[in-house]
Amino acid sequence: MTRAIITVVGKDTVGIIAKVCTYLADNQINILDISQTIVQEYFNMMMIVDLTKSVKPFSEISDELGKIGEDTGVQVKCQLEDIFDKMHRI
Amino acid sequence: MINLQEVIETNKMIEQEHLDVRTITMGISLLDCADKELTVTCEKIYSKITTLARHLVQTGEDISKEFGIPVVNKRISITPISLVGSSCCRTPGDYVQIAKTLDRAAKDVGVNFLGGYSAIVSKGMSKSDELLIRSIPKALACTERICSSINVGSTKTGINMDAVRLMGDIIKQTAEETQHADSLGCAKLVVLCNAPDDNPFMAGAFHGVSEADAIINVGVSGPGVVKHALEQMDKKQWNSGDGQLANFEVLCETIKRTAFKITRVGQLVAQEASRRLGIPFGIIDLSLAPTPAIGDSVADILKCIGVEHPGAPGTTAALALLNDQVKKGGVMASSYVGGLSGAFIPVSEDQGMIDAVEAGALTLEKLEAMTCVCSVGLDMIAIPGDTPATTIAGIIADESAIGMINQKTTAVRIIPVVGKTVGDTVEFGGLLGYAPVMPVNTFSSQRFVDRGGRIPAPIHSFKN
Repeated sequence: MTRAIITVVGKDTVGIIAKVCTYLADNQINILDISQTIVQEYFNMMMIVDLTKSVKPFSEISDELGKIGEDTGVQVKCQLEDIFDKMHRI
Repeated sequence: MINLQEVIETNKMIEQEHLDVRTITMGISLLDCADKELTVTCEKIYSKITTLARHLVQTGEDISKEFGIPVVNKRISITPISLVGSSCCRTPGDYVQIAKTLDRAAKDVGVNFLGGYSAIVSKGMSKSDELLIRSIPKALACTERICSSINVGSTKTGINMDAVRLMGDIIKQTAEETQHADSLGCAKLVVLCNAPDDNPFMAGAFHGVSEADAIINVGVSGPGVVKHALEQMDKKQWNSGDGQLANFEVLCETIKRTAFKITRVGQLVAQEASRRLGIPFGIIDLSLAPTPAIGDSVADILKCIGVEHPGAPGTTAALALLNDQVKKGGVMASSYVGGLSGAFIPVSEDQGMIDAVEAGALTLEKLEAMTCVCSVGLDMIAIPGDTPATTIAGIIADESAIGMINQKTTAVRIIPVVGKTVGDTVEFGGLLGYAPVMPVNTFSSQRFVDRGGRIPAPIHSFKN
């Protein structure tokens, strides 16, 4: 299973989760977990997703999610889970 | 499962505290490229580098994108060229031909530096070593991406003072050959003692003869992350209300924890690069390498530890503990550690160091003391253009002696900037930054360095 972490950071905006979720559904990307919080007035959300069934290559997904973020005025990043796992788990 | 706080912490390190992988360096053995004919040697070198490293830059960029971590440099280190060119190079000009070939190969695969225009002369110089050394000024003047390093001593062999004396002249000539660009050539030339075979960092990177045919070495960095962690530590302590600063136990633990996290990212990137390129993973170099960017500074960490400016009394102790904790934290995070591994203290590449020099806090002599306990040596220091070659040789001899006696790598990368003197500033640009010209002791070293011969290897007992 290829897992990635999608983060959304920015000023809280109506419909941002919906847009990201719709994109993921359209591309056969399954959401495993969602959590969110407000840090210093900024909306922080993360999703753990499974990319196994996605037909698009990782870089395309990453670019398209970034574009959705730009259009909505927030930052959307998609990173492979390993970087967080390596840093925070022994 | 990873939680949101951990994700935020990692991304903050990357976005706000300059956490990055400083370099993925592919080490390539060129021993099998040696031929009697210069043109054949050049062809073989070009072909081997461009074949093995053709996907290096793209792979680095892919990894960077997929994990969301900048991989700043993609570089190549090669077998010391004095070994490869020994049977085909009969003049320094022949070596310059090889330098041009290397530069072309580096450009064509897209790496920003290629290191290994080098010779290992810690005990003696062969004819080909000497030809290579004499070709350095021209080679660095007519190429863009080549880095050169000369190892002039080691704990096992002592110091080759003939080579030290010669390097004084070579550094001066390199400065003159590149005077149109503020003697930039000298920023790509380093003189080492106890040079490691697997260093991924420029300008001292080369692929030693003890290495496999090709290897991936990775240099991590993150002075900004350590600085931030120390600031948070003091803030937390302050908020606890007892009015005390965090003590050394807490300080050292904080550095270790942070170094662990930084190095784990390097380990991940190294393993990924190795897997994707089909080339074995060599080592991680656990280093704190600053850049001229604000906040990406080793000097700032020293200030957080408690000295007003680097150079103030206490600086050497602060640097020693920093260096040691970085290693202690990093070693557990990586399966193989090597290279230079420690805190770098270049002047021009670190805004905090530049500030310290400009404030009058930091002198060449204090920097020399700091090199006894840090990862490398006198690095990226601009000195007056009229500094005699014998004085430069004296500086190299001092630095080599520190390395030889303390069984550590030391290096000298100084730039005698033609036409400039104390009070002037030199602009190198990019990652190399800018530097105020620092004063050098004006008393002569000539009789000392002109003696010739070797300083014998030191005794390994009666340590005092």
